[in-house]
Amino acid sequence: MLQELSWKVGGQQGEGIDSTGKTFATSLNRMGYYIYSYRHFSSRIKGGHTNDKVRVSTTQKHSSADYLDILVAFDQETIDLNAYELRKGGVVIGDAKFNPVLPENTAGDVLLFAIPFTKIAEQNGAAIMKNMVALGATAFVMGLSPDFCTPVLQSLFGRKSQKIVEQNQAAVLAGYEAMKAQNVSFPDFALAPPTPSDHLLMIGNDAVAFGAIAAGVRVMPAYPITPASDVMEYLIKKLPKVGGVVVQTEDEIAALNMTIGASYAGARTLTATSGPGFSLMMEALGLAGMTEQPVVIVDTQRGGPSTGLPTKHEQSDMYQAMFGTHGEIQKIVLTPATAEECFYAAVNAFNYAEIYQCPVIIMTDLALSLASQSVEKFSLDQVKIDRGLLATQEQLAQIGPGQLFKRFERTENGVSPRVFPGQKGGIHHVTGVEHNEIGRPDEGTANHVQMMKKRLNKFEGSELPNSTSYEGDQHPDVLLIGVGSSIGPISEATVRLRKHGVRVGHAHVHVISPFPVASLQSYMDRAKQVIVFESNATGQLYHLMQFFGLKHSEFSSQLKFDGTPFLPKEIEAHVKGSMIAWQR
Amino acid sequence: MATVKEFRNNVRPNWCPGCGDFAVQASMQRALGNLNLEPENVALISGIGCSGRISGYLNVYGFHGVHGRSLPIAQGVKLANRNLTVLASGGDGDGFGIGLGHFMHAVRRNMDITYVVMDNQIYGLTKGQHSPTSAFGFKAKTTPAGNIENAVSPLQIALSAGITYLAQGFSSDVNQLTELIQGGIEHKGFSLINVFSPCVTYNKVNTYEWFKEHTVSLDQFPDYDPTNRAAAIAKVMETDGLCTGLIFKDDKKPVFEDLLQNYPQEAYLNTKLEMDQGLFDELMKEFA
Repeated sequence: MLQELSWKVGGQQGEGIDSTGKTFATSLNRMGYYIYSYRHFSSRIKGGHTNDKVRVSTTQKHSSADYLDILVAFDQETIDLNAYELRKGGVVIGDAKFNPVLPENTAGDVLLFAIPFTKIAEQNGAAIMKNMVALGATAFVMGLSPDFCTPVLQSLFGRKSQKIVEQNQAAVLAGYEAMKAQNVSFPDFALAPPTPSDHLLMIGNDAVAFGAIAAGVRVMPAYPITPASDVMEYLIKKLPKVGGVVVQTEDEIAALNMTIGASYAGARTLTATSGPGFSLMMEALGLAGMTEQPVVIVDTQRGGPSTGLPTKHEQSDMYQAMFGTHGEIQKIVLTPATAEECFYAAVNAFNYAEIYQCPVIIMTDLALSLASQSVEKFSLDQVKIDRGLLATQEQLAQIGPGQLFKRFERTENGVSPRVFPGQKGGIHHVTGVEHNEIGRPDEGTANHVQMMKKRLNKFEGSELPNSTSYEGDQHPDVLLIGVGSSIGPISEATVRLRKHGVRVGHAHVHVISPFPVASLQSYMDRAKQVIVFESNATGQLYHLMQFFGLKHSEFSSQLKFDGTPFLPKEIEAHVKGSMIAWQR
Repeated sequence: MATVKEFRNNVRPNWCPGCGDFAVQASMQRALGNLNLEPENVALISGIGCSGRISGYLNVYGFHGVHGRSLPIAQGVKLANRNLTVLASGGDGDGFGIGLGHFMHAVRRNMDITYVVMDNQIYGLTKGQHSPTSAFGFKAKTTPAGNIENAVSPLQIALSAGITYLAQGFSSDVNQLTELIQGGIEHKGFSLINVFSPCVTYNKVNTYEWFKEHTVSLDQFPDYDPTNRAAAIAKVMETDGLCTGLIFKDDKKPVFEDLLQNYPQEAYLNTKLEMDQGLFDELMKEFA
């Protein structure tokens, strides 16, 4: 019995690959298995190879598997491009329509079955149901019941028509029978039964959007961009349920400025974008910092620079998020690592934005924002709304006629009470120009120094809660450090290496501003060697650590920037290699 | 009930003596006073440039943003609290140069916002470069041999983009300007009041005298119908964009706010933000 299985479906974009993977993943998630599903797609709408790699496990995983057990192919290209991932004894199921053949280097190691997906689908009603036939064939190989996806088909098509559900079911069954008719048994592919669980399945973008709505967001101005658009699309569907509004703006510049306006007038508000859009927002980001408006910006990193690799994974916006905008402003940058964390990061982001009155960036990466993963149910009890320091009625009543409210009052911790247009007694001025306590432009030397300090010193060098996490040996020979979605592959590599007797620790960074200097240094002090793993070409996290003064005598960086996330085996191999080098 | 006086504050504008913007400030204050609005219920969002400073010169909630972005900020303010009277303001460079895209889309979106542009056909605060509304041939610091670009016609653009209230005023006529701004605030929808507001320091061509000579008041045409968009476009073209008065008005087009599903009448500030367990569970169920 397998504790986990790795399955991939591939074909041309527009062929329903995504929905095939989704039906498969959702069905197994409902059965209680844990899913991690990563989509490979190109920056075009139709045509071009696409695939969906689904890992099914009895325990929670945050990474794709290193290998493949089953490959379902709707064209020869899928086999040519992906067969190398198959483990010895793996299975390829291809549509007989294109006469599938195995590449020479895999022949003998893997099994190929040609099943007439399209023909069977046509016999059952329509060619588009070939993906259902493929799911049926998969079910037979895995020893699943041919009904395994019926509940999902019911939720997908039940509202449209019962007939469509039945047709799809029939196609699944026909695929199952066709595979069965091959007269081969697959004892090695059966999964151990799942532990009963009712976890959810979602992508990081949905989790951020859901978290935002739970946190009371009401206004979302945004401009579509891959891979951030799902955040907006989710909120377009759900915000009206709470009376909120999404505006698809003319560009990202308008999006963040509108967000600032809504925040100024008292709404909880966010925008979501990816690298290029975030670049366009830099001027407004400075305005939000200068005027101390709480705004939340989701940046789903993708491959750069420029328009770069719109549909590929990278973690290269760290410098932009840390240092972006001209001049100097204080901001918070959260870097959640899992979909579950995305939800709570969104909740925290709105609270932090209002408590510290500064921009908060929730920075994810493509793998985190788009990969579907199993998530434990969220708890509304853990969602607390803290609107920060607001002017009281008593304070406002004391403001005489003609007097202006000290919106930018210089307080001990730099945070001043907020008022909103519409509140009597609260009239003041807001400007991106250096200003005094009532918001009047003031270029005086003393004023500028005091106001810079007020805005910059809100955190006083402290770390936000849960800025880092740690697992593994407390005094490791090797400490692995990562940020964002790499928590999955690093964590798995850590577990495997420890099983092999290597003393390994894994520190993960969940907030990069304020930078968690103290906790990271304490982990590093206990380790003999430190390696930072990140998905970019220049080692941004590695250099940020040095920028903030973190030191270690054996400190190195391992980078991957080919557009795909790390696999556990790559991290494992690098650590083994570096251990040898280091011990020498 | 607030009067004009209550919209004044004691801040001395940093505009040059004789600047047309003083008249815009006075007209805005008079319009707000005439409408008996309370200062705390008015938000004035401005851009960058001499004109952008206006948000600090009225006793209302003022927000001085970044160059060309007053309209996106103003729309955000309106969305958060539709009960506010939201004014946006800036100059020709701010609104029709860097902000032209936002202007087109604000017109298209038709939120209930009043936009007052102080159009002096030159960049004043940066000391005398040509602006998007400078005429062809106009000589400025950046066009020493004469402007070889054609001027933007804000009126034609606004009409073509579907504006629902369009007027043009002149700083020399505070009474008319007050009326036009007042009409814009009263209008339910997006309104533009473009104001010829001469720059006495840098624009030696488009002076008060020049405008007096060249502008055409629509009051001269008793048959002019400001509800006919095609006629308005024709009149703007015929007068080379130099007509003053109410140019166009459409009271029938719904505003953005009214088309939003479940959009509350109340400001979000005063509504409950906490999510009900029922809705939370319903949303979670969709991920099962």
